[in-house]
Amino acid sequence: MNELGLTPFLLLSAFLFACGVTCIATKRNAIGILMGVELVLNAANVNLVAFARFNSGFRLEGQVFALMVVVLAAAEAAIALAIILNFYNNHATVDVDDAKDLKG
Amino acid sequence: MSLPVVLFVVVATATAVSAVGVVVSRNVVRMAVWLLFTLIGVSLIYFLLGAEFAGAAQLIVYVGGTLVLVVFGVMLTAHGPLRELRTRQAEWIVGGSLGAALFVLLVVVSLKLGSPQPDEAPLPGTHTLGLSFLGVGDTSPAGPVSGVPADKHIQRTQSSYFLPFEIVSVHLLVVLVGAAYLARAKRRVKS
Repeated sequence: MNELGLTPFLLLSAFLFACGVTCIATKRNAIGILMGVELVLNAANVNLVAFARFNSGFRLEGQVFALMVVVLAAAEAAIALAIILNFYNNHATVDVDDAKDLKG
Repeated sequence: MSLPVVLFVVVATATAVSAVGVVVSRNVVRMAVWLLFTLIGVSLIYFLLGAEFAGAAQLIVYVGGTLVLVVFGVMLTAHGPLRELRTRQAEWIVGGSLGAALFVLLVVVSLKLGSPQPDEAPLPGTHTLGLSFLGVGDTSPAGPVSGVPADKHIQRTQSSYFLPFEIVSVHLLVVLVGAAYLARAKRRVKS
């Protein structure tokens, strides 16, 4: 672990984050956008655990925050899928471009 | 090249390739499979970092729970033309340039950060994590806080995470009740 250093983990996390943001920006399927959000949360989690390893002041905190993020991501996925299923029941589509009922 | 470096290169390459697969694949079922490989790769990264409990929780909660939920959503909604929604060229350009700009920004910041030296002591295991979640006081590690001047010694307070733990648990309960209410089967109105 000594010769590896912190930077490769940060680069991997940055790449995952960029992939997640691109996924959120380009997908038209609502479930695809949800997967992009999962990628972004995972990127943040990799950062948290890497800092817990490489920064002795955050040995406990990094893991605790990572576990909180995992639990909150599960909650977010549950509620988002419920909303998507409701939208699908009412409109028979999951294309976010068609979700414009509130548009004036 | 020692074993951790080789393992990191292999796992990180697999994770990055499957993240790219999530972005570029058009079929939503294939996206779910690529996301599965990405999540497994991230949990392997946790194991490499020595955070065994976080890796196991990632495998159980994310791969076993969240992804199954997402796959159920895919199966309930993806049929016919909804399985492959095409993205317009302009949206690809805007989204891709946004992602590339963010990636360059994060890489520049990460390279500026330097590499702190890790201490080889193992990370706090499940024992310490569980005690800190239960609010037992003396679980805070005595490490120095980074980001403050070296001559200024900051005494860390005892940290326990009982209140966030309770808030998260109640939040999870409320969210699951709300999700069940939102997604319940509606009774058809007889017409």
